[in-house]
Amino acid sequence: MAEEKESEENISALHKKITDAFQLFDYDSNNTVNVREIGTIMYSLGCFPSQADIREFTAKVGEDFSGVVHLDKFLPAMTKVLLENRFPPIPRSKLLQAFKVLDKDQKGYLKPEELTKYMMEKAEPFTQEEMDEMLTAHTHQKDNVIHYEKLIDKLTADQNM
Amino acid sequence: MCSWHPNTLGCSSMIDLRAALLIQRWYRQYVARLEMRRRCTWNIFQSIEYAGEQDQIKVRSKCCTDNSLLYFCYKDIEVPASYSGPHLTIPMTFCGLSKLMEAFKHKQQLHARYVLQILGETWRLLRILPNINHVSVCHTKEITICGDLHGQLEDLLLIFYKNGLPSCEKPYIFNGDFVDRGKNSLEIMLILFGFLLVYPNDVHLNRGNHEDHIVNLRYGFTKEVLGKYRVHGKKILKLLQKIFSWLPLATVINHKVLVVHGGISDSTDLDLVARMDRHRVREAFNFSTISVFYRANLEKNASAQIVDLLWSDPMPQNGCIANEVRGGGCYWGPDVTEEVLGRHNLQLLIRSHECKQDGYEFCHDRRVLTIFSASNYYEVGSNRGAYIRMGPDLVPHFIQYQASSTCRELTLRQSVGWTERSALRALRQQLFVHKSDLIGAFQEFDPNNTGVISLRHWATATERVLKLGLPWRVLRPQLVSRAQHGMVNYQQWIRELSIPEPKPEVYTSILETMYKNHSNLETIFRIIDTDHSGLISFEEFRQTWKLLSSHLKMEISDKAIADLAQSMDFNKDGSIDINEFMEAFRLVDLSSHG
Repeated sequence: MAEEKESEENISALHKKITDAFQLFDYDSNNTVNVREIGTIMYSLGCFPSQADIREFTAKVGEDFSGVVHLDKFLPAMTKVLLENRFPPIPRSKLLQAFKVLDKDQKGYLKPEELTKYMMEKAEPFTQEEMDEMLTAHTHQKDNVIHYEKLIDKLTADQNM
Repeated sequence: MCSWHPNTLGCSSMIDLRAALLIQRWYRQYVARLEMRRRCTWNIFQSIEYAGEQDQIKVRSKCCTDNSLLYFCYKDIEVPASYSGPHLTIPMTFCGLSKLMEAFKHKQQLHARYVLQILGETWRLLRILPNINHVSVCHTKEITICGDLHGQLEDLLLIFYKNGLPSCEKPYIFNGDFVDRGKNSLEIMLILFGFLLVYPNDVHLNRGNHEDHIVNLRYGFTKEVLGKYRVHGKKILKLLQKIFSWLPLATVINHKVLVVHGGISDSTDLDLVARMDRHRVREAFNFSTISVFYRANLEKNASAQIVDLLWSDPMPQNGCIANEVRGGGCYWGPDVTEEVLGRHNLQLLIRSHECKQDGYEFCHDRRVLTIFSASNYYEVGSNRGAYIRMGPDLVPHFIQYQASSTCRELTLRQSVGWTERSALRALRQQLFVHKSDLIGAFQEFDPNNTGVISLRHWATATERVLKLGLPWRVLRPQLVSRAQHGMVNYQQWIRELSIPEPKPEVYTSILETMYKNHSNLETIFRIIDTDHSGLISFEEFRQTWKLLSSHLKMEISDKAIADLAQSMDFNKDGSIDINEFMEAFRLVDLSSHG
């Protein structure tokens, strides 16, 4: 009995959390958001989907042809995602390993050209805007390289939203 | 299994791919979280700002207006030899204007004599202008439209730099809210009035809701003028009061585009607006319960028409309802836009009044356009400003900018952090002023008086008390730093929001109420301090408090007020210095996060 109530409360808390995040992007106050914001909302709820994951999820919850997503479809789908922990966070150690793989000479840092090559040519490439933002924010002022361990520290800070 | 040896080509490129994907996913998540924080911050600023405006309206309705006439002559004001600022001659010339702008760029101050001269000339000119200006644009003469400037001189100068100065070939419309909040409201006014005087057919000023002397008492313009002109400040303010009431209400371009500061309502009638005596409406509100009176009263008098034009905001839903957030004007929907534009044979409504991230925003199927020209309005990096260029095709073209050079170098993360800290500070202040109500609400979730409640309950209770419509669960990590196992010690949390010195119990609720209303109090004080001396007597203090307490439905004994007044009379001379009084309520944040 108590367990049921507990999970009911859990679900209702999850619902509130999802609704709050959704409503931050509901500019017209009519419980819809633009399809393009779905990725951002999912990330902000602590999920780490790939672009392909986002596309798949959006296809399921979006309205055809209108470019918007209604809260009534988003809420149950997103609740399921959170309960299943479908897109779990990437542990810091894996992230560090990933950078080390790209750092062929094991220098401990990456040059902007190297990072750009990987981020913009491989996997799910960055747009120019995304690349510019990453470089501007994280290239060391003086020696003009990206110290990826420091970058990882910044990226993993304040994880609990 | 693939080895990690880089020479094994096929495997290594798969590994590279997986590594890149991981990093991309992570980075996108990080950027998305920043975007969330930015949106939250925006919401905080907006809700506090509008809640403040609503408060302001309620206070104003209790106060009577000052109808004394003053003598505005500048002739007996002498300019001393030691004055190093610009000297002006009347009539105003383009040369004089350039001198003026140069001086302001170098942070010089114009002598009161010249200020009064410019204002006097402006008043004379405005009296002969119609309520609604009609302008035409043709191929050789595009028009520029600017939105709210709010005392941000840097933005005005940036617009002039990018777009060119107003002239016969370069007409401008300035759509209200030139003053308040920023620190160069007076300089902006003098420059705009100067251009109006030199190019009266090509420079058009629309009145905004901040061109209102009672709003100025609260939002900084009055303080700015009195601070800059200690001897003649009052005279300057009185003259500005008249000028504001004489500012035209709207501009129509080619009979097709309506430019007005706030917006419209379902009863907007431009013929009525064109016929009325606009200067009789000096300040926006003279009735006590705005919304109720406003919607119930079917006869739209001049006052109500003007309030609609200057205070309303668009909403996405159809209909027209009272604007309870601002406390005046209405929210109007796309159906009202269609109807009103149709009725007047217009095709586009350009308005300002609301800050927009990118400096401009369309709504109502692109029939309504908001233009806002004060960049970094809430905080450095918060938003861009924009202005419109429009030719005879009446298609708006936008130019955006951001005034401060430092913020261009800020990355997304830095500008979000900066803005966010500012918003959180403001939010913590709001939490502090409601602390009694918050403790009450928390205790409802803590029947056994354990002193702790769950974070879920914390969010619910805070939402219930503050009614700011903010996502408390999302904000929680920034506001409650110490939470163990999902529980928070609310007494401790409240303490950490408080002013350091403990006050005697009997005063605590009075002080809290006073602090909650301190910006209202300041407005009232300044109204009662009719000679603007910055001092009021005990009796005036007591009366102020009576006024406020009836408004707040609070019972406070005369003795408690007298005791409080005495304790605030620091130099024991029987009067209270307003500045010291206000200083007493400055919040010191004990646990500010860096």
